[in-house]
Amino acid sequence: MKMKSDQAIKLLNDEGLRLDGRRLDELRPLKIEVGVLKNADGSAYIEHGKNKIIVAVYGPREVHPKHLTLPDRAIVRVRYHMAPFSVPERKSPAPSRREIELSKVIREALEPAILVEKFPRTAIDVFIEVLQADGGTRCASITAAAVALADAGIPMKDLVAAVAVGKINGKIALDLNHLEDQYGEGDMPVAMMPGLKTITLLQADGIFSKEEFKQALDLAISGIQVIYRKQREALKKKYEKMIRTVTGGGS
Amino acid sequence: MTPRRRKKIPVLLPGDKIPSIKGTLGPGVTRREDGKNVSVFVGQLLVQEKGKQRVIQVAPLKTAYIPMPGDIVVGKIIEVGVTSWSVDINSPYTAILPLSEVFSKPTEITRINLSKSLKVGDVIIAKVVAFDLTRDPVLTIKESKLGKVPRGTYLELTPLEAYVFYRRIGEEKFVETVKQKYGCELFVGKNFRIILIGESLEAERNAMHEIISTIRKYVKV
Repeated sequence: MKMKSDQAIKLLNDEGLRLDGRRLDELRPLKIEVGVLKNADGSAYIEHGKNKIIVAVYGPREVHPKHLTLPDRAIVRVRYHMAPFSVPERKSPAPSRREIELSKVIREALEPAILVEKFPRTAIDVFIEVLQADGGTRCASITAAAVALADAGIPMKDLVAAVAVGKINGKIALDLNHLEDQYGEGDMPVAMMPGLKTITLLQADGIFSKEEFKQALDLAISGIQVIYRKQREALKKKYEKMIRTVTGGGS
Repeated sequence: MTPRRRKKIPVLLPGDKIPSIKGTLGPGVTRREDGKNVSVFVGQLLVQEKGKQRVIQVAPLKTAYIPMPGDIVVGKIIEVGVTSWSVDINSPYTAILPLSEVFSKPTEITRINLSKSLKVGDVIIAKVVAFDLTRDPVLTIKESKLGKVPRGTYLELTPLEAYVFYRRIGEEKFVETVKQKYGCELFVGKNFRIILIGESLEAERNAMHEIISTIRKYVKV
């Protein structure tokens, strides 16, 4: 639930700009790097505004404990964790209620993209470590995790990209930061597979009218397209640089 | 294969549409719910003519090794059981090497100690006889050229290096070169592992050096 006492906080100035100087439909600066960890099968680092998140993917690998094994598909396990220093007030490193829930929603946002039936009896582990948080970490985590999964060579139908939209001072805004999330009237994280035009995560907090919801979803989809392009650029950059192709196809 | 023309093959990403070429879909390509044929890997498009058929596939630049019956693999013994060995084959699935695939004569299991023939840590060259994802892959070493590797140099490639080694350099050519130049026998496992057996450690080292530097010409680390 959003606090009612938010009238006093002005999140938009007279020119319609937000606290960090962005327009309503503007994303925060985004940077994605692929393959930042040597030990992991796949990894990615994302800087989405002030969010800094590192993701490692292991697998497909043998399942431990053994009884979790599924005979017809791989299991996907996600651990979302915030570093104690990721927020101004020290966060206990033990997994909180919120982190456990986020691990679940992120897993469910990624799973539809992964071809889990290609690797029966195995596990795909995704470790998400939030180094610095500033609102919208679940979306940034999904964006980075999709890239890390592709880097790990896990077969996928499409990448998954995510962004949050929300309502601040009665206006629909894209990509909320921590302050806007805290003092705004609502926020709505959206994740989707842009190529398939399929939404894999949609949550909402606060009150949206039918029109506002439609407008918010459209805004999120347009933001996701930009993020998707960045994901693709990051992957291409790594692999096209690594492989210098000399000859045409052949075996 | 000799480098003839410098042509850039684009890198496909998961969800990228496959250009519409007639042929059957091979590994790395899937038909999605929206009716599009898309790549599932970060990889490169590969069109192969197999007899009359044309197979369209995406060769992944990075992937886990999935055993296929008939593959020659380089394995490491990780466990000695009562009637079988467990073998690490650089895959999500641990392979089984049963007693019957090691000895040709019928053997009495009460009389024999398995670790006398193969012990933990031994490296073997083996062939996958059966695998269907429901049970662990089964290996054999009963054919010629298969079996325990008494000594040699062992190298594990990353999937990208292996991709370059198999697809771009051509392993057959390399086996010949290494034999003539260094007098080394080169075994290339399908599971991204390579074994060199030569007369001396030095010969093996030199040959390994050439292999690595050739791969490095194509792949930057």
